[in-house]
Amino acid sequence: MSVLVAAEHRRGALRDVTYEAITAGRELADARGGDLHVAVIGGDVDGFAEELNREGVDAVHAVEDGEEFDHNAYQAAVSTLADRVDAGAVVLPNSVNGLDYAPALAEDLGAPIVTDAVGIAYDDGLTVTREMYGSKVETTVDVAGDRFVLTVRGGEWPPAEGVGDATVEAAEVDIPESGARVTGFEEVGGGDVDIADADVLVSVGRGIEEEENLELVEELADALGATLSASRPIVDNGWLPKNRQVGQSGKVVTPDVYIAVGISGAVQHVAGMKGSDTIIAINTDPNAPIFDIADYGIVGDLFDVVPELIDEFA
Amino acid sequence: MKVLVTVKEVAEADDDFAIEGTDIAESDLEYDLNEWDDYAVEAAVQLAEAGIADEVVTVTVGPERAEETIRMALAKGADRAVRVWDDALDGGFADVASKVALFEAVVDEEEPDLVLGGVQAADTGFGATGVALAERIGFEHAAVVNHLDVDADAGVAHVHRELEGGVEELTDVDLPAVLTVQTGLNEPRYASLRGIRQAQRKEIAAKDLSDLGLTADDVESALTITEMYEPESESDAEIIEGDAGESAGRLAEVLREKGVSA
Repeated sequence: MSVLVAAEHRRGALRDVTYEAITAGRELADARGGDLHVAVIGGDVDGFAEELNREGVDAVHAVEDGEEFDHNAYQAAVSTLADRVDAGAVVLPNSVNGLDYAPALAEDLGAPIVTDAVGIAYDDGLTVTREMYGSKVETTVDVAGDRFVLTVRGGEWPPAEGVGDATVEAAEVDIPESGARVTGFEEVGGGDVDIADADVLVSVGRGIEEEENLELVEELADALGATLSASRPIVDNGWLPKNRQVGQSGKVVTPDVYIAVGISGAVQHVAGMKGSDTIIAINTDPNAPIFDIADYGIVGDLFDVVPELIDEFA
Repeated sequence: MKVLVTVKEVAEADDDFAIEGTDIAESDLEYDLNEWDDYAVEAAVQLAEAGIADEVVTVTVGPERAEETIRMALAKGADRAVRVWDDALDGGFADVASKVALFEAVVDEEEPDLVLGGVQAADTGFGATGVALAERIGFEHAAVVNHLDVDADAGVAHVHRELEGGVEELTDVDLPAVLTVQTGLNEPRYASLRGIRQAQRKEIAAKDLSDLGLTADDVESALTITEMYEPESESDAEIIEGDAGESAGRLAEVLREKGVSA
């Protein structure tokens, strides 16, 4: 049985997690013995198909369908191709769009789904490594049966590289009329400040507890000549505008110095700041994942440490 | 219009916790309404307040313990609740298809026009049930919705889907539909005292598999958790020791070395 990976693209470009999913797919194809097929649906399929011909890919199937993501088209195309190439495993990016059709696809195929995989092993059956309880633990999950849908977390597999010798063909697929229509896109997070331009960021998270406590981190940012940014909960609460949000759904930042104040370091946040030169974390929980990527850490109460730090620079 | 909201009671691990077998020790878990579902409840209640929804019903898969959490959703304005549980669900790790089978049976009874749920559950983090349910019951869907405007007359939900990298996709979704709700969609209210009092009198209908016309085979999970462990820390951080004053002093030195100053 073969492995089928579906590419993801947005507004004219393939997304990196596509190449990572190809690597994961190749790993499975090697373990199970079988070919690796890649599907690309919509947009500039011919151009994409050429880019997707990376080392380890045996076949690329190009399905023409409009410009933008349509979950019904993706589901129909991947489902049809999965049957056509006798795919036992379908591997998709664990992205916002991946999760907009992967579960429906699994239902359609009558196959179990495991999402957000960070590791896989195959020995008689699939075992998936994934996190639970907000990244506090990892689990291994055994999957019954030999057909399944898997979504893989971005950044966990290296991207497939090089040029392969895949066959590239246009695939005819019946696409049903969709009851969900994309009418446009909006860039959010514009406004007065671009946190991506800052050399030094003071970033505040849930640990700040109350809106009125934000003054404290504003004061710290002023004392350090830094720009203030935040993790998701602060923006969800409406305490700071969306243009201050660091993370997967906000901005990706790479300042010289990133000071995380009361931020636990959920994977979605880390995706937005792990490229910072120097990362400093202040958090009460010694097990907080932010310390895994920090260069310097203070395990302590921000309400004790931050005022002292402000004094140092006063 | 009738709105069904899927609500989960999730477990959160304490800062210090022990793992027993393939789960965290019961004594180290705190239970609460799933954060994402709180936004879904709020969205449904707002639809009722706007006169768009006639009735808001919550559905939960969970043991009797979950009723406290369900009461919280009722106190915030849901009209009544359905709680599904069965001994066959005890102890195992339910896969997506099992949960979908339970919700499908409830949808068949309730016949909602709109199903709302959180993007994911904070504990298991699958993010799959809503979209799989939509496929099973023949509804349209949209995942990761952070803006919602329901036009009941036109039978369309105008939504924004929160994509990665600060981009929102604007999509029109035909009703009936399942929408999975992202945090930040609205400002979930706190339950008022009056709401809490009223919630005591609202119905929570408990249903087991046979009540729903299902058998244990319908909820046999394809997934088994075989191990649970704490990931090894990859930290090579220099942890700055000392009291607040000492550690702030040392951190200030580090920052000055990096050229930070006002």
